[in-house]
Amino acid sequence: MPRREDLKKILLVGSGPIVIGQACEFDYSGTQGAKALRAEGYEIVLVNSNPATIMTDPELADRTYIEPLTVDALTKIIERERPDALLPTLGGQTALNLALALDEAGVLERYGVELIGASKEAIRKAEDRSLFKQACAKVGLDTPRSGHAHTLEEALEIVKDTGYPAILRPSFTMGGMGGGIVWKPEEFAEKVEWALSQSPTREVLIEQSVIGWKEYELEVICDVAGNFAVVCSIENIDPMGVHTGDSITVAPAMTLTDREYQRLRDGARAIMREIGVATGGANVQFAVNPKNGDVIVIEMNPRVSRSSALASKATGYAIAKVAAKLAVGYRLDELRNDITRVTSAAFEPSIDYVVVKWPRFAFEKFPGADPRLGTQMKSVGEAMAIGRTFCEALQKAARSLETGKDGLCTLLPPEGGADYPALAAALDRLGRRDLANEPAPEPKPHVAQAIHDVATTRAAVLKLVQVATADRLFQVGDALRLGATVEELHGLTGIDPWFLAQMQRIVDYERAYAGKPLGAGDVARVRDGKALGFSDRQLSRLAKTDESSVRAFRHQHGVRPTFSRVDTCAAEFVAFTPYMYSHYDAGGPDGTCGDAASDEAFANQEPSNKQKVVILGGGPNRIGQGIEFDYCCCHAAFALREMGHETIMVNCNPETVSTDYDTSDRLYFEPLTLEDVLEICHREAQGGELAGVIVQLGGQTPLKLAKPLSQEGIPILGTSAEAIDRAEDREQFDVMLTRLGLRRPRGGIAHDEASALRVARDLGYPLLVRPSYVLGGRAMMIVNDEDELRQYVRPAVEVAEEAMREIRRTKDSAARPTILIDEFLKDAIECDVDCVCDGENVVIGGVMQHIEEAGIHSGDSACVLPPHTLPRFVVSSIKEQTRMLAMELGVRGLMNVQFGVINQATFIIEVNPRASRTVPFVSKATGVPLAKIASKVMAGATLASLGITDEVVPKHVCVKESVFPFAKFPGVDTILGPEMRSTGEVMGIDSTFERAFGKAIAAAGQGLPTKGAVVISVKDDDKPVAVVVARKMHRLGFKIVATGGTADTFIRCGIPTEKVAKVAEGSPHIVDRIKRKGEDEVVLVINTTTGARAIRDSYSIRRQTLLAGVPYFTTTSAALAAVDAIQDGGVAGGQVEVRSLQEWNATEG
Amino acid sequence: MSEARAILALADGRHFVGHALGARGTTTGEVVFTTAMSGYQEVLTDPSYAGQIVTMTAPQIGNTGINGEDGEDERPRLAGFIVREASPAVSSWRADESLEAYLQRHGIVGIQGIDTRTLTRHLRDLGAQNGAIGVVDDVNDATIAALVRKAKEAPSMVGLDLATGVSTKEPYVWREGTGRWHPSAPGATLAKTLDKRVVALDFGLKRNILRCLVDAGCEVTVVPAKTTAAEILALAPDGVFLSNGPGDPAPLEYAVDTLRALLGKKPIFGICLGHQLLGRAFGATTSKLRFGHRGVNQPVRDLTTGNIEITTQNHGFIVDEASLGQDARVTHVHLNDGTCEGIAHQTLPAFSVQYHPESAAGPHDSLYLFRRFVDMIEARG
Repeated sequence: MPRREDLKKILLVGSGPIVIGQACEFDYSGTQGAKALRAEGYEIVLVNSNPATIMTDPELADRTYIEPLTVDALTKIIERERPDALLPTLGGQTALNLALALDEAGVLERYGVELIGASKEAIRKAEDRSLFKQACAKVGLDTPRSGHAHTLEEALEIVKDTGYPAILRPSFTMGGMGGGIVWKPEEFAEKVEWALSQSPTREVLIEQSVIGWKEYELEVICDVAGNFAVVCSIENIDPMGVHTGDSITVAPAMTLTDREYQRLRDGARAIMREIGVATGGANVQFAVNPKNGDVIVIEMNPRVSRSSALASKATGYAIAKVAAKLAVGYRLDELRNDITRVTSAAFEPSIDYVVVKWPRFAFEKFPGADPRLGTQMKSVGEAMAIGRTFCEALQKAARSLETGKDGLCTLLPPEGGADYPALAAALDRLGRRDLANEPAPEPKPHVAQAIHDVATTRAAVLKLVQVATADRLFQVGDALRLGATVEELHGLTGIDPWFLAQMQRIVDYERAYAGKPLGAGDVARVRDGKALGFSDRQLSRLAKTDESSVRAFRHQHGVRPTFSRVDTCAAEFVAFTPYMYSHYDAGGPDGTCGDAASDEAFANQEPSNKQKVVILGGGPNRIGQGIEFDYCCCHAAFALREMGHETIMVNCNPETVSTDYDTSDRLYFEPLTLEDVLEICHREAQGGELAGVIVQLGGQTPLKLAKPLSQEGIPILGTSAEAIDRAEDREQFDVMLTRLGLRRPRGGIAHDEASALRVARDLGYPLLVRPSYVLGGRAMMIVNDEDELRQYVRPAVEVAEEAMREIRRTKDSAARPTILIDEFLKDAIECDVDCVCDGENVVIGGVMQHIEEAGIHSGDSACVLPPHTLPRFVVSSIKEQTRMLAMELGVRGLMNVQFGVINQATFIIEVNPRASRTVPFVSKATGVPLAKIASKVMAGATLASLGITDEVVPKHVCVKESVFPFAKFPGVDTILGPEMRSTGEVMGIDSTFERAFGKAIAAAGQGLPTKGAVVISVKDDDKPVAVVVARKMHRLGFKIVATGGTADTFIRCGIPTEKVAKVAEGSPHIVDRIKRKGEDEVVLVINTTTGARAIRDSYSIRRQTLLAGVPYFTTTSAALAAVDAIQDGGVAGGQVEVRSLQEWNATEG
Repeated sequence: MSEARAILALADGRHFVGHALGARGTTTGEVVFTTAMSGYQEVLTDPSYAGQIVTMTAPQIGNTGINGEDGEDERPRLAGFIVREASPAVSSWRADESLEAYLQRHGIVGIQGIDTRTLTRHLRDLGAQNGAIGVVDDVNDATIAALVRKAKEAPSMVGLDLATGVSTKEPYVWREGTGRWHPSAPGATLAKTLDKRVVALDFGLKRNILRCLVDAGCEVTVVPAKTTAAEILALAPDGVFLSNGPGDPAPLEYAVDTLRALLGKKPIFGICLGHQLLGRAFGATTSKLRFGHRGVNQPVRDLTTGNIEITTQNHGFIVDEASLGQDARVTHVHLNDGTCEGIAHQTLPAFSVQYHPESAAGPHDSLYLFRRFVDMIEARG
């Protein structure tokens, strides 16, 4: 059946902001879908609230709506666009849920919109636990013993059947949100309440635990004719009990016989048919009992997912692209395999390598968060690595994570910094802790303070490995190093002995060569080590030498990686897509590595005479470095291709658009370390002219490679390594500012407590303190007095020390950990500026005014473009200073500057000579593709030649708002500060600030209320603004609820206020009030606070607010903006209007 | 991994150096590759690989060891085995022994630690060819040259009757189905009684074919390859099955004669070599593919329904479609290269497929063919 001719216009729904459980993978799938359907001649209307996505680039669709993913906004869009069909299966759970909601609201029927890709019946059957269970039973498949509860009473009945531990799975949530494992009856009630509160249908599944069973996932695809194929099988190294998003996984499955594997395949096919998935990609998860092979079905998703992105990257099979085409009527056998060009898309990829995915966590950002992994996903990103063997892939994945480990390293001192007995004790405390609404005691001591004997350490490690945490696999490695056996560890961890035996090989290799210097006869030793995935750096530690010596030895003896292709077919057919990975294989004529005839970097390709540009990506998503940077890297590939260059992408993040084989001319799926990048450059240079490497678009990861690459003679395109250094190095930077006559907050540097206190005495409090060379405000803090400073310094030095290890290796071997101490610009308005400089001219991309005041990390603050309250001359001054800085630094490409404005005086807070997080937002707001322009400039074009001469200031208003993962981390405070904690962002566009802000808040999932009660509890400094807020809210008909001093102030000002007791004053108190449902229920909470003590005291207010799902603000500036949005933003009257990006930008000219 | 060095030498002079796997010694055969990611035990024991040195493109082999259930024959039938990495550990609740121990026990010479992808690309580009694996004390020009010579001297597959060597010597009756591994796949059957009697001509039969026939309600009498039509008819079967087997169908003229005599008298179903023999009985010719189809991901279109099956394949020869003539038609084609994957007689009850509906290893997409065979038998009353 060919493409459907009855459809003309298709609405594609994205997944919204990046949150835990929904990340770049849906930009990847949405982008593929949009491209594929457009190429088929359909008119595409696209909706997504996330500006940092490639899919929302205006070129990708006929109409692009950056609007909130709400029924209201979608209804307006559908009303306006009248699409024939809606494709929800590429936009994650968000899009599926939205499609169901639109259907329930009758919108689809009213406007005659057909749901394609998945029927509502299929979505319901797959998502609704009891329907799913019935479906499985019908085709003879087992599911865990379980039952659905809507109340605690029902839940208590069910748990009698399932027993403990029991698994909680709320219905209709993503990333397992609200789910968890209940180990003991004591924790049952609270966890069930939380799970119920997270489910939009107040429903939770309570399930028999299959903890310890092996876990598998099959990525499948099917078409309207019932043809079916498994694209990839994935095995979790972490057994059941850990969310698959948090598990280290391997493709293909490693420990199944064919009979067992085919049983899963048959099951997946039967489920697909029974659920009624007609077309597209889906996944099915199974648990397999390692003792007898029993199989239980865990879940299925009738849509593309994070794991289908992984499967696509792991096999080369473009699931989302194929799924999009299947949704419009094609059959699998009517589609070709892009990679081979000649074979059919109706097949099952065969791979001749091993893929390991390793999740990346951000627990360091959330002190108090429970570090134990369970059924609720907690990781913020992932890295994928490809090797010829499991060991090679595992170690490559470990070093792709960028957590300072260059393989399956030891955490044991002196090499690592883990104090295992202390960690085990902390975990123990955690086990006993009451998870109720109290911040957890910090499970801190990560750094070895005491010397422990081997037996104590070993006992501690063996205790630790029983609980899955972010570092578990490293701990398992250490257990092996300390003499634990594979059998013993299998018993403690449930990890399949096969994986443990492989890890044992890595440990055995270390043991065999530890402390032995490299000699001329050690070629085989190095080759074997490389084949086991050891990095040069790991080998250098074993040989007691440095990384570059190992590399030199390797090169001298011809031990180089072979680059092979990801080709979907294990070399059965010729692959035309240059999607490469490196590996070390012996077996050449003399058993050597890197045999030229084996290398496929340039196989089946005409040599090109184009200049090559290598673009280094950002690696795994983490807080502070995410999709925004991937967006910039993709744009570089697009722009440079336009200019006639050959583009070469290097990245290791499987979720992204940058690692789509379509994005660049050549793709290397490799870790972003010096070693790996150098080998790629070496190989590429043999096949043409390497113009250079772009390091400034992928965030801190590639930026820190600038200097070492440059030292190795690799040309850096754009801003030079020296200039980058000059902006990052405090002293050099100060010299420059003085020369330019620019102001920055007064500050100093310290290396320890004594020097920190000295600097602080000079500057006075409050102070902004942070370790140098870290991104995303890691360990950044505002301290108000000497006590707070003292408490801060030691852990901060630790963080700085971590960063220093890298610096010492690459730049300055004598570098000391440094703490930057600055005067804190209290109540300053912060601004962000992005610009492009070609060395002659500077063009401002945009000036953004933050809504939250200084002290809140710029990545967490909402911001407005153009600035809505700053005087014109202040904005002009900011732009002028930006120009001066760019010229003085010698920037070629992008630069971002942050300013603080106090009483119209401007201070420079930070300068980053690289792409910033706000580049995509600015580009969407102004219609000027900054990253593309910057890339062309880096490749040698001038701004003038590109016709870019002046800033574009839009007439409309754009607001960026941040999205936080607090709901995933019980025990974590939601108060904002200088350490960045948001995972993603949304954008609101409208004609006024109020309207745009209202949209941004709605898009962030906070949906502003129009009536009800508002709780206001603010610190003294904020009372004047709070009065304004309260008065406006009162006039809008809200009931004002306040505690203590805040209430008194309001009453004094004549605002009718319901005064409620503080928590400390006893029940019924403010938290009880927030819990109360019914008349005058609390619909908004405004809570600001300062000082460690007050923050602790008011913690339960914020936690309950989050628990109750009530919108909240923790700054008065944001609260004020919200009130204005409620009043004038069309929220109250339901008068939200929608308009496409293409229309907004057209009105500019 | 074993410390002993081993060399794989190809007849065209290319060689690879790795480590010994399995028995120490020397072996020769046609070097082929399979892209199956699972089911190495089934590959090892598939009699169709007789005379061949099989390369697994999947790099980690031996992970689940060898168990008592998954063998397609009592012993390994292939001439040699090539893997990237043989697992040092065994992990499976069903495992009885390790791959290494199994190969040693059965005297199968193998090699590990070579770049199997490079080898596969070589075979893909230049075609399957003879090779030799030798375990050597020293890797040098002389030991390499000696193995290249052995590879060159090894007999060509073309024209070789390998089936007789792997066929059963004595007839036997088979009544065991898939049992606890019964697949829950579309087309799967599970007959309560064995009320059909089928004679299976064994050219190198895989056991799972027998299990699938039993599941479809057939009691199977397995007879040696050279059993005559008269001997078969004397057993009064309801249908005749032609098994898979190794090598070139052309020298098996005796079997083609048997089939010609049975055509129209009994419903006939053939798989793989059996398919090629049926094709020859229909008057068609067969020829050798450059490197064959070997794997468990091969897409085939059933021309009757238009549906796609993901199939298991293991063949180096095909029935030439153009030579098929008026009496027969093509029923299945390979989606990638359009080669003939199934044929049926226009009027008489006889059909066959080039691929393996019994899978083992591989997907269970084509089990309906066993049902089709039984239906054909039933239609004859």
